[in-house]
Amino acid sequence: MNHDHITSARQLSRSDIETVLDRAAEIAADPDSVANSHEGALLGLLFFEPSTRTKMSFSAAIKRLGGDVVDMGPVDSSSVKKGESLADTVRVVEGYADALVLRHPSEGAAKMASEFVDVPLVNAGDGAGQHPTQTLLDLYTIRESAGLEDVTIGIMGDLKYGRTVHSLAHALTNFNVSQHFISPDSLKLPRKVRYDLHQEGSTVKEHTDFDPILPSLDVLYVTRIQRERFPDESEYRKVAGEYQIDADTLASARDDLTVMHPLPRVDEIAYDVDGTDYANYFEQAHNGVSVRMALLDILLGGGQ
Amino acid sequence: MTDQELRVSKIQRGTVIDHIPGGQALNVLAILGIDGTEGDVVSIGMNVPSDRLGRKDVVKVEGRELSQSELDVLSLIAPDASINIIREFEVRQKHRVDRPERVTGVLECPNHNCITSESEPVETEFEVLDGGIRCVYCDTIIRENIASHIYV
Repeated sequence: MNHDHITSARQLSRSDIETVLDRAAEIAADPDSVANSHEGALLGLLFFEPSTRTKMSFSAAIKRLGGDVVDMGPVDSSSVKKGESLADTVRVVEGYADALVLRHPSEGAAKMASEFVDVPLVNAGDGAGQHPTQTLLDLYTIRESAGLEDVTIGIMGDLKYGRTVHSLAHALTNFNVSQHFISPDSLKLPRKVRYDLHQEGSTVKEHTDFDPILPSLDVLYVTRIQRERFPDESEYRKVAGEYQIDADTLASARDDLTVMHPLPRVDEIAYDVDGTDYANYFEQAHNGVSVRMALLDILLGGGQ
Repeated sequence: MTDQELRVSKIQRGTVIDHIPGGQALNVLAILGIDGTEGDVVSIGMNVPSDRLGRKDVVKVEGRELSQSELDVLSLIAPDASINIIREFEVRQKHRVDRPERVTGVLECPNHNCITSESEPVETEFEVLDGGIRCVYCDTIIRENIASHIYV
């Protein structure tokens, strides 16, 4: 993989993806092999939006590689509150860290920030744009559970604002995967993602009804309706609560269906699914550490 | 192109942009960043009868020879435009506009949540696609009415 920064899943080739996933599998199988391989490395965390999994798994990843984090902390207690631009913030923090992880509410923030720094910068979510490291751990999880060849994947929920969906849909075009998109009309894939899928030769198969497609799926990727991205509350309420699944809903699914979710969930997946063999979303979240270890290991130069 | 069709006098030196779709002349000037404040002598013919376009606009900018890269951005709203470079009242060069790969700083991204809409030291930049443009920052694609996104 030959990228200075990871800002979008659009930049990742199949070879890039496989390099990271293979390295993640090696690390997961033998974590001790990379312990302290990046001793002293500092990862700068700049999270302008809330995060649990992404932030903590990046922290865990760099620490398991022997490094540590420097964390901007909440926006309210940073110079951002005084009106500092993102461009200035990243130029300052690059002097404190060997790599940066950025989450920001504006689309394109990571790409712009990457133009101002020389250390590797990783997009940890930019508004309703991209979330490429989530995609890498999603692909890792899919590869482990169903494989990435000749599989049928249903992606359901908020396809308009869901950045994990935008990144995943694009990355899946590198593989022999049939993608089905299930959402209300108001939350269908945005034009930009649809354009990319067409450009990559994928057929965009869209559905508003979930039940007919369920029996054909190897993987069901459920997403949260992104309340914070809706311009107004009434539009959110109109679609909130649609496309929920529970153990009964899944009765017609294949026995080996894998249910995934980038988390956090609100009520899209009922708790009674958690105990079924379908549920894979906590495993998916756990995979975030080894995948991010692999990515950091590569970006920081493959060990010291 | 005859004097009669132009309806304005010949210029000694400068650039004539012909075969602009009718009604787009002011957008052409906006894209070129020509608003008259720098003293350029500019003549505009709007909705002039044209065999090829039915109605066309013509813009003449005196004293300035606009470069190909300056003019290529016009291909977004005037793909059939022809460019005449005038010296000593004669057409010395005549060429068409080519579609550029990128357009920087001329158009505003319509996505209010794009980082280029924030107070950041960054110019807008669009990749030019077949039949549209795409923001290189937020990926937003514009296909219709590109002229309405010109910075004013």
